[in-house]
Amino acid sequence: MPESASTYSPQVDALYFYLSGVTVFFTLLISIVLIFFVVKYRRRSLYEIPRPIAGSHKLETLWSVVPFLIAMSMFAWGAQIYFHQYRSPKNADEIYVVAKQWMWKIQHSTGQREINELHVPVGRKIKLIMTSEDTIHDFFVPAFRMKADVLPGRYTTQWFEATKPGTYHLFCAEYCGMNHSGMIGSVIVMQPTDFDNWLSGNASQQAPSVAGQQLYESLGCVSCHGARGEGGRGPSLVGIFGRKVFLTNGQTLTADESYIRESIENPQARLVSGFGPIMPTFQGQVSPEQLIQLMAFMKSLQVTGPQSPSPATTVAPPAAAETSRAPTPSAAAPTPR
Amino acid sequence: MQAPETFETPAAERVNYLNAQYGLKSWLLTKDHKRIGLLYLGSISFFFLIGGLYAMFIRLELLTPQGDFLSSATYNKVFTQHGIIMVFFFLIPSIPATLGNFLVPLMIGAKDLAFPRINLLSWYIYLLGGIITIYALLAGGIDTGWTFYVPYSTTFSNSYVIATGAGIFISGFSSILTGLNFIVTIHTMRAPGMTWFRMPLFIWAHYATSLIMILGTPVIAITILLLAFERLAHVGIFDPANGGDPVLFQHLFWFYSHPAVYIMVLPGMGIISELIANFSRKNIFGYSFVAFSSLAIAVFGFLVWGHHMFVSGQSVYAGMVFSFLSFAVAIPSAVKVFNWTATLYRGSISYDTPMLYALGFIGLFTIGGMTGLFLATLGVNVHTTDTYFVVAHFHYVMVGGTLLAYMGGLHYWWPKITGRMYPEGWGRFSALVVFVGFNLTFLPQFIAGYLGMPRRYHAYPPEFQVFNVLSSAGASILGVGLLIPLIYLIWSMRYGRRAEANPWHLPGLEWRTPSPPPTENFLVTPLVTWEAYEFAPPEELRVIGVFKEDESLENADAVIDGRPT
Amino acid sequence: MAAAVEHEVSHPALQHHFENLEQQREAGTLGMWVFLVTEIMFFGGMFFAYTLYRSKFPDAFASASNHLSLPLGAVNTVVLILSSLTMALAVYCAQVGKRRNLILFLVMTIVLGSAFLGIKAVEYRDKYVDSLIPGRLVPGRPFNPVVAAHGDTDPHKLHLMGSATVKHVEMFYWIYFAMTGMHAIHMIIGVGLLLVLLYFSWRGRYGPEYHNPVEILGLYWHFVDIIWIFLFPLLYLLGRHMLHT
Repeated sequence: MPESASTYSPQVDALYFYLSGVTVFFTLLISIVLIFFVVKYRRRSLYEIPRPIAGSHKLETLWSVVPFLIAMSMFAWGAQIYFHQYRSPKNADEIYVVAKQWMWKIQHSTGQREINELHVPVGRKIKLIMTSEDTIHDFFVPAFRMKADVLPGRYTTQWFEATKPGTYHLFCAEYCGMNHSGMIGSVIVMQPTDFDNWLSGNASQQAPSVAGQQLYESLGCVSCHGARGEGGRGPSLVGIFGRKVFLTNGQTLTADESYIRESIENPQARLVSGFGPIMPTFQGQVSPEQLIQLMAFMKSLQVTGPQSPSPATTVAPPAAAETSRAPTPSAAAPTPR
Repeated sequence: MQAPETFETPAAERVNYLNAQYGLKSWLLTKDHKRIGLLYLGSISFFFLIGGLYAMFIRLELLTPQGDFLSSATYNKVFTQHGIIMVFFFLIPSIPATLGNFLVPLMIGAKDLAFPRINLLSWYIYLLGGIITIYALLAGGIDTGWTFYVPYSTTFSNSYVIATGAGIFISGFSSILTGLNFIVTIHTMRAPGMTWFRMPLFIWAHYATSLIMILGTPVIAITILLLAFERLAHVGIFDPANGGDPVLFQHLFWFYSHPAVYIMVLPGMGIISELIANFSRKNIFGYSFVAFSSLAIAVFGFLVWGHHMFVSGQSVYAGMVFSFLSFAVAIPSAVKVFNWTATLYRGSISYDTPMLYALGFIGLFTIGGMTGLFLATLGVNVHTTDTYFVVAHFHYVMVGGTLLAYMGGLHYWWPKITGRMYPEGWGRFSALVVFVGFNLTFLPQFIAGYLGMPRRYHAYPPEFQVFNVLSSAGASILGVGLLIPLIYLIWSMRYGRRAEANPWHLPGLEWRTPSPPPTENFLVTPLVTWEAYEFAPPEELRVIGVFKEDESLENADAVIDGRPT
Repeated sequence: MAAAVEHEVSHPALQHHFENLEQQREAGTLGMWVFLVTEIMFFGGMFFAYTLYRSKFPDAFASASNHLSLPLGAVNTVVLILSSLTMALAVYCAQVGKRRNLILFLVMTIVLGSAFLGIKAVEYRDKYVDSLIPGRLVPGRPFNPVVAAHGDTDPHKLHLMGSATVKHVEMFYWIYFAMTGMHAIHMIIGVGLLLVLLYFSWRGRYGPEYHNPVEILGLYWHFVDIIWIFLFPLLYLLGRHMLHT
């Protein structure tokens, strides 16, 4: 067995033992019965013809239903642990991962950057937000029994809680070209005090949210979205992550990293209801790491009070509320800049 | 009672499909399904050798943790090409195009397949696809993995993606035409009295396989076309920068490639049904259950493709549906395994080479199938996907399953195809060597995979070395075990003991005609009045339409159905 | 006690491996149906891609569809439906043995099919002139349509509606060319086969006992027609549908 170093590992291993047990049982059963029959009923005279046996509905039912039930038990158990592990907990620490041929670039929200190494403390929930700069990669830590594909143009997430200090393999597990087998590294799990030492010992780099704010200003986002993200000609960005957004085409979605990225690169694709198609595209001007910094900044924006209008606070149906903020101003709208 | 001196005895050299006409043209322009089956046998064996050569390079490289035997770029091409050749040019056509082509008309009492010229065309199409792919390999090769995932294959690979894709695209039509031919033949050309439920299970298996071939192959055709156009024109259908979706490619690819694995294994299961029944001289336990399970596998096989994509970013709910259905598709296969085992109960079992392969199949397919359940289990799949666990699983079902069935079938029907027997002692010996070598090669890979060794790795951390060394050792034994039959089968075509019409004394229609058969298969149209696997003493299992002294039909008693009147 | 099955006196068209013409006909017809099923799966992949991208980029698809020539598309639809009528009449004539009318209707089907292809060629040329051929498929003339400014009524310019972008319009044209191109290839093959049938009809090969090739080519032709019946609204009528919502 590989090292078991996360809260998820024992669950997977338990299920694996169950599956192995069932497999060994049935393999032995079939093999032994096979060998037994083959020896006991070996041909004794050249042209003998045994009595034909047509079948038995009872037996057929038995060995359809029983395997089906066993299969269902495997399915249910597997689905259950998978489902629990799939959704990242809300209070997890976020770490950004950018994969590129053939290295892992890791960015802690406190500013530390790592290449091919990921330092984490024991006992804390860590959520990885991952994207790729080129091909599909896969962030695989066998000791945690975790892997997830890392896609270009999209953010995928996985989370874990490490349980044992140590150094564990990190592999790329989706073929990505020449140096695929070289795209490996380590996840280093430390006791909390050691981790804090490591944090402070590391050359303190700018936190991504600070870098993000600088970008926010230099790219001109302020002019429509406000200095504190409160909105204006453009929608408010305060508390945007996880918020329901109403679109011009009548649909609703929950804003996540992928939606924010799309809005920066292709603003008119899914436009917030009530706003005109005036945002320019920043495709090609913002690298994946800069996108991460902008998002970190947005996540850091606090709700500053009732003067930041957002669709969630209006009671009237969205269309009516948003038209009140259309080019014809009304009393409820903030003063456009 | 002694069989009379007629077509039963092997002494005379009669006119049969092999010597009816001589010359290259008579082979290259043949319409005889039996000759076409042999043409396929030759070309498929050729591709198997090439694929096997690539496998040898893989195992040699993986003896050591460092990438010291091949460069990284070369290794990536080697495993890609191993996969492509083995999947598209060996496993998918092997049993249907060789044994299926040869036996389907014989087993149902027809003179040929429904469309003989289309049958020949399908061989030429297969060759054309194969030649184009070989050109791509020689020109520089391809390194995308046999799964061609985008965006690597559309944007980043500098290898011969389009040429290889063209080769596979073209050979797909060969598959479609073969499936079409089988379906029409089985529906419309069965001999009088051969009802659906009197058909051998080999036919049921090929019918189910043909359904998959015609429904699934067009989808991989369009997928490869889209891939090629994307590589040429960069419109962005799979490119996120242009609004496309790389995961769309995976859905399209696996929609065919999962049913494709059932194209590979169902014909093998058909062979196993024949071998188990005939070498224990008992009808298959639960015949209709086995027949319907083939159809069930074909249908359900189209619903489970997402189990290759649990970690791809697809939604958790889609994952649950695919996981559930993947368990469902395992049940018909389990039923078959139980039915085969039950058939042996109170049978009269002989230990001939084909039976050894069949018994090996049952054991290895059980392991391969059950490890598939590991991969269908969501929680475990996250850890084991893209590792050597998967590699071990699919080699168990493909090699331990399909290849063993193919070898068993080849030996079983060898006397019918060539009119000669293979040397039984060597046959049993190599079956054993294959079984041992195979397990030694792939059992350690399950462990390496669960420990975390990813697949498609050219170099690996040293703690995985012991498993790789065991695996490579096993591979050399497996290679030897497969080379020996190559030698003695070819040897037997010239020097083997001549076989009589029914050397195994079996009731199947293919045994009721001389070995090798005449070009028109049967001397007269058979009239089937017996059930599948209805065994009888040898004097009741004579060649149909042949009688006493001078073998002329004018003097014949009407022993059309093989039983004395 | 059974006797050997007798062979009927062989019709010259009876192939050696069939017992009789009826079996041969059954096999041929079933074979064509199975082949058409594979064609459905083949086109189905493209319809799937179309559905996916239309739901992602509805405005781009509407804009691009609007830009296609509705008159030419509609005329082509009528032409193809008429050709299916003449094909069905040809099959009937073959079944009852009316050789002259069979030849007449085959010729009409060929003419109508060729007219369809001719109109398609005109449409493709228009796309070439307007630089609407996707990607860099045409060397020296990449996808680069002129976007119409508000109020400009020049028919060669592309009007973008709603949130449509040129990039997504290119996706539409990709799918348009893939689907209509694949369809056109099938039409060309069909016309070629019709010419072969015409030759054999002129030689008097088809009559009441043997006319299966005409029947199964009829099936193929109707299938190609039905594909177009789906393509036409999905590709040409989007703009009108969405403009009115």
